[in-house]
Amino acid sequence: MTALAICGGRLVDPAAGVDAAKDVLLKDGRVAEIAGPGKLKGKEGAEELDATGLVVAPGLVDIHVHLREPGQAYKETIATGTAAAAAGGFTSVAAMPNTTPVNDSPEITRWMQAPERGALVRVFPIAAATRGSKGETINDYAALKSAGAVAVTDDGRPILKDSVMRETLAAAARVGLTVIQHAEDTRMTQGASMNLGPVSFKLGLRGMPPEAESSMVERDIRLVADLRESHPHLHVAHTSTAAALAAVRQARRNGLRVTCEVAPHHFLLTEEHVGLYNTHAKMNPPLRSAADRDAMIEGILDGVVDAIATDHAPHAMHEKEIEFELAPNGITGLETALGLCLRWLHSEWKIPLGRVLSLLSAQPAALLGLKGRGTLAVGSFGDVVVFDPRAEWTYRATESKSKAKNTPFDGWTMLGKVRWTVSEGRVVYAGA
Amino acid sequence: MLIRATELENEDPIHRDHILAKRRIALLFYESSTRTRTSFELACKALGADTTLVSNLSSSIEKGESLKDTGLTLRALGAEAIILRHNSSGAAWLLEESTRLPVINAGDGMHEHPTQALLDLRTILTHLRPGVAGVTFDTLAGVTVMITGDILHSRVARSNMLLLPRVGARVLLCGPKELLPEQAARSGPGIEIERDFEVALAQSQAVMMLRIQAERLAGLQLDLDEYKANYQLTGQRLAEHAPVAVVLHPGPIIRGMEITAGVADGVQSAILEQVTNGLAIRMAVMERALTAESGDSSSATELQTGGRA
Repeated sequence: MTALAICGGRLVDPAAGVDAAKDVLLKDGRVAEIAGPGKLKGKEGAEELDATGLVVAPGLVDIHVHLREPGQAYKETIATGTAAAAAGGFTSVAAMPNTTPVNDSPEITRWMQAPERGALVRVFPIAAATRGSKGETINDYAALKSAGAVAVTDDGRPILKDSVMRETLAAAARVGLTVIQHAEDTRMTQGASMNLGPVSFKLGLRGMPPEAESSMVERDIRLVADLRESHPHLHVAHTSTAAALAAVRQARRNGLRVTCEVAPHHFLLTEEHVGLYNTHAKMNPPLRSAADRDAMIEGILDGVVDAIATDHAPHAMHEKEIEFELAPNGITGLETALGLCLRWLHSEWKIPLGRVLSLLSAQPAALLGLKGRGTLAVGSFGDVVVFDPRAEWTYRATESKSKAKNTPFDGWTMLGKVRWTVSEGRVVYAGA
Repeated sequence: MLIRATELENEDPIHRDHILAKRRIALLFYESSTRTRTSFELACKALGADTTLVSNLSSSIEKGESLKDTGLTLRALGAEAIILRHNSSGAAWLLEESTRLPVINAGDGMHEHPTQALLDLRTILTHLRPGVAGVTFDTLAGVTVMITGDILHSRVARSNMLLLPRVGARVLLCGPKELLPEQAARSGPGIEIERDFEVALAQSQAVMMLRIQAERLAGLQLDLDEYKANYQLTGQRLAEHAPVAVVLHPGPIIRGMEITAGVADGVQSAILEQVTNGLAIRMAVMERALTAESGDSSSATELQTGGRA
């Protein structure tokens, strides 16, 4: 494999504590050398990317995406989903198991990683916690792990039964897997299609109370505490309420291994964005109140939030062009995450660039134990994003690499434009 | 709109017949309806328009055709406006966006029922402000209109909560917590909650009773005997606390449930007047939807679909 030298840029690698002008040499899919500016130009006949004026950072890691394969290729494929990931600067994506059929087997887990899928970046399958994600029978976690699964979850279909969740946490802990919970007590959200509050009342829509999320997080944390001796790792997916975040904060103070992620839409938008039944503002968990949204920002600032994850959930156009209550949940997110995080978290709320990038790479990689990802230390995978941190641009959903266009951020101004995305030493995206 | 309703009502039927002569209007109904459907249809016909009724139970909707495609089909067949009754909140917005036709909201889920609010206002004016034709922001100043019952699931309540405060009325909501959440009072100005039925009754000049919408309760358990004991409008309660108030109900009424037969048929009841007023209001609405179209379609359609009327 040819070598690739990324020269003249500002290397920001929070995991390695680096923020300096450095050249990076990639060889055989790995980081071969880091050296002062200009030092690696033309070394070993490497092809050169001129990163003058640009930031060079570890490829981004999204631990919550829906790639829709197998079974729902009309919404997205692994090839198109990872093309969108590459365009957004992501080089690692963890794919949720709510496919058709549900990914609850080593066979499907392997199928998703096969070269025939045409993935542009690395796909890490997350397997179903229970058979068919029905919340009844625990899957064989050891077999799933050896097939490449990096965590287990019944995402979208929370594990309601205490006994099953307890067994899931214990069994996953035995093989060193993380349990990811979509925290929602579905007994409190029957027929609901947005957050419960004044807006849902006004629109005549049934609402999901914030307690449906927080009570489930609290229940899960009690189970983690009970199982303390076996060191389970609970990860709360797409946290959206102040109360759930408070529960995670407290669990951490109590020494429990409980982590959480927040999606850009939950720290940027509120229930008001539903507007007049905009189905591109319909997701689960729903957009919440302004107080909840502010709590997400606070959680990012004070560090209780471990990762930004997009919950990229592509749907076909015709599926979203229907009655709000009937429309499926979810929005795309891979192409907008970096631009929104830089514009809002970094530029607006003054979070240092290194910390923002850490939330998008080093921390999520560490959380799921993705070795050699989320850093550019010598010997790591050659996963790199090179972007212009000052470039403002407008996101156009119609130009998306994803099959789907269901985003509330169409037409939004982004900050930070991806110039190149490099996956294991290969350029997989080259922007203008 | 109120003034025009009266003019149209008094108009010579032969002359009126020319206003929308041969214009094509589709009635698209996803829910059963007696009053609304019939009065819209009669209103259209009174203005000379051709109407066609499409209901979910006897059309390709049963075969899975989407609202968008149904709307586009009706437009391709020449429909110039669509009157929509739908079980999903916000459906009228979706249909308008898909077809770009004037869409008249005849009730969408739990959201709104704008023409019902207009006909309720006309009924209230007849009784409390006789002789007043048009309205301003303070026409109903000093008037309390009480709405009792299943507010949570009621599009009639929501539309009245939007309209009545805009003409100066105070809206007093009454009902148990399960059917009347606290946030209802925060949905706009001029809206308050009084949970004691008799206390609310004593303050009200107009009393609007609502049906408990069994089809929308979604598993909610409600003790109906207790409900009747607390919130049923009986002759005795009316005589004691609101002897001159006008009684309204959007229908269908369930006699012996939210209202006794005696009150429904009594001298204070304006329930059938409401139905008659619906015809006049809907004539005015249809005329506006179809004649304002060429000049300023957006304002006309928004007015009706969004229930901002």
